[in-house]
Amino acid sequence: MSALLSVRDLSVRLGATPLVEGLAFDLHEGEVLSIVGESGSGKSMTAKALMGLLPPKVRAEGRALFGDVDLLAPGVDPPRGTGIGLIFQEPMTALTPVLSVGLQLTEALSSHKICSRAEAVQRAVTMLDRVGIPNPRARMEQYPHELSGGMRQRVVIAMMMLLGPRILIADEPTTALDVTVQAQILDLLRALVSETRIGLILITHDMGVVAETADTVLVMQSGRSVEYGAAKTVFSTPKAEYTRALLSAVPRIDASRTEAPPEHRGVILSARGITKTFPGRTASQGRGERALDDVSLELYRGETLAIVGESGSGKTTLGRVIARLTDPEQGRVMMDGVDLTASRGRDLRRVRRRVQMVFQDPYASLNPRQTVGQTIAEPLVIGGGLGRAERQADVRTLLEKIGRRAEMARRYPHEFSGGQRQRIAIARALAAGPDIIVADEPTSALDVSVQSRILDLLKALKESEGLTLLFISHDLAVVRQIADRVAVMRAGRILELGPSADVFAAPRHPYTKALMAAAPIPDPTRTRGARPPLPGSYPSGALAEVVPGHFVASDPIDRPSPAARLTV
Amino acid sequence: MEVTEDARGRPPGVLRRLIRSPSGAIGLVIVAGLVFCAAFADLLAPHNPMRMGTGGRFLPPGGEFLLGTDEFGRDVLSRILYGSRITLMIGAVAVGISLTVGMLIGMIAALQRGFVEALLMRSTDVLFSFTETLIALSFVAVLGPSLQNAVIAVGVAGIPFYARTCYAAALVETSRPYFEASISAGAGPARLVLVHLLPNVLPTMIVVATLGVSTAILAAAGLSFLGLGAQPPTSEWGYMLAGSRDYINRAPWLMTIPGLAIALTVLGFNLLGDGLRTSLDPAARS
Repeated sequence: MSALLSVRDLSVRLGATPLVEGLAFDLHEGEVLSIVGESGSGKSMTAKALMGLLPPKVRAEGRALFGDVDLLAPGVDPPRGTGIGLIFQEPMTALTPVLSVGLQLTEALSSHKICSRAEAVQRAVTMLDRVGIPNPRARMEQYPHELSGGMRQRVVIAMMMLLGPRILIADEPTTALDVTVQAQILDLLRALVSETRIGLILITHDMGVVAETADTVLVMQSGRSVEYGAAKTVFSTPKAEYTRALLSAVPRIDASRTEAPPEHRGVILSARGITKTFPGRTASQGRGERALDDVSLELYRGETLAIVGESGSGKTTLGRVIARLTDPEQGRVMMDGVDLTASRGRDLRRVRRRVQMVFQDPYASLNPRQTVGQTIAEPLVIGGGLGRAERQADVRTLLEKIGRRAEMARRYPHEFSGGQRQRIAIARALAAGPDIIVADEPTSALDVSVQSRILDLLKALKESEGLTLLFISHDLAVVRQIADRVAVMRAGRILELGPSADVFAAPRHPYTKALMAAAPIPDPTRTRGARPPLPGSYPSGALAEVVPGHFVASDPIDRPSPAARLTV
Repeated sequence: MEVTEDARGRPPGVLRRLIRSPSGAIGLVIVAGLVFCAAFADLLAPHNPMRMGTGGRFLPPGGEFLLGTDEFGRDVLSRILYGSRITLMIGAVAVGISLTVGMLIGMIAALQRGFVEALLMRSTDVLFSFTETLIALSFVAVLGPSLQNAVIAVGVAGIPFYARTCYAAALVETSRPYFEASISAGAGPARLVLVHLLPNVLPTMIVVATLGVSTAILAAAGLSFLGLGAQPPTSEWGYMLAGSRDYINRAPWLMTIPGLAIALTVLGFNLLGDGLRTSLDPAARS
């Protein structure tokens, strides 16, 4: 069988700097080829080169035969849309906010003069139905902002499929989406490929997504292809050193944790009945969004409690309330008998040092105008009682604790990578001498290999410094790796709370089950059964203890889930 | 090993990047020339700018009087050179007033939130709804016409703009994680402002202020032109422009020269501000 697309010696250069070098691969009908790599590996550049969408001053060389057309030959305009469709990461920016969905869908059909206006509408409705959008006719009249992220990505896919392309290139199509939505979009893409026999190039950083979707894998590292082969072979017997390193760095939700959970050493912090409503931004939102709805939990000394949830679940707000960066309307946070929520002024400034936060965005976490040393020394300066020399010695010790050399102290944040900056942020948190560290998605902005090192660092520091860790994450696999106990949140409520091993082995709440089933697993040989559907409504009442230490939301309040509200 | 982006110890110099951008370099030359003229006006000026009858009346440019003489026989070149002092003083003092008060209002509003924020920002909104010239005019009407009052008036009229800009920039910084990390570490308001807020807001404000100097100079020249600012026999450019209005047919250079001087100064500060904007931008640093 001849290939749909045959790429040889593809190189992309910016001036003399190579961005991609000597790439070669084939894409066949009905094949899913995944190009996987970390940031800066050149995977997106490859897609842009094929589409003829390279930024100015960037040049591509080599051959890319699509039928008998060389996409890289000078003067050739790739058949965008009709031959090759492109799906971007951010479904909001791929759609024009000012035009209705229907208009955007039919526009391409009429501009390519494929069919009449009336037929275009008919085709669009059929395609929306095909990509799993309920009530497609009504959807045509709506505007992109009225749809959820997952729905928007479906609309983009429909838009691309309408033109009947032979190849679809999807650049991180699910990275901006929640895990349950990601699973649905991947299912949809796979179904479309097997149905229409198109070729799909899936560009991703996520080995789990690769394993769930791809037939063939191309692993890229700094612009070069390091491994290319069938997905099953690459995962079972990776040849390249880099692939092995990448695979071993990927956290797995189905991995078993070896460390025993720490024995109970008493409650260090307890939150009771926390409620927080954010004022509505527009008049239509009325009284506003309830981010936290009567949430209570206890944090045991020395444990790692993970809060898991999708976007809008309230997990970040809960972490901020515990660090007292956000004031709740109701409820109290007690720490060793001190009411954190009631502290004010000088008192507050003293007690809040016991709870320190590590933030998600490593680029905004450090003051760009302070040196690393000044940043780490700041909590020491505020704490007072230390001379200059003592502070410098402490900064050196802290830098050693995060595994970095003391010379780093004189440099500025912009000289460091995301992972390094996150280490510095951790050192700063330690400098205040906290008992609890609230880590809000500390590795979400990092590459997997860096992520695993940061997780190891957090684990090691927790042991050596006797810390208690509140770990907030959307990524179940990461949570599995680090947490002793897990709290699953959705729409401002805790739905399930229990020991990590129990929750992962036997989830009891329907939402937890759906969440677990949606998490991608980096193992292509695993056949997954039918996913339990995301429940339209679910119990979200008070937590009831089903097994000692394992709590599940009970039935009384049965409310429709936000997803159900959005789609109907 | 995670890669560091840069092996150097400090960001590349702002001045170097300023000179490399064409607009920044030209702006810098013009403004530096202006400062030079102002500083050495005593030495550079061939005549006493105030003395009448230095030469004949309405002598055209050229010869002993390089830029000619005015209706009282004063040397125009000397008056322009001394005028640069006044112009720079106007720019510096007026912008100084707007910048200091505006930044105070903006930062307090961004830090305090709630009632104080609403009070401060709604008041600036009210001031905003009047044109700057109108505010300056009414100010001078109350205080009486003089160069000093004109400068104060221009400075006060500029406050709302600086307050708004500073407020917006400060809001961005206060929501950054590093700011919250400092709060978590127990930092008090003084530390938050001096260590975190001010250094990160200042670059934006420097750009705005540089661009604002030209607006202030124009506004003050306008007031002087209307007879509400500099009084005779001051060699202020706006006043010189106004005084020569009657002789536009007979001695066109009397209007052209101060007009060109104002235009060149405004252009210089605008180009400099533009150059500073690109060279102070943290994104351009990587």
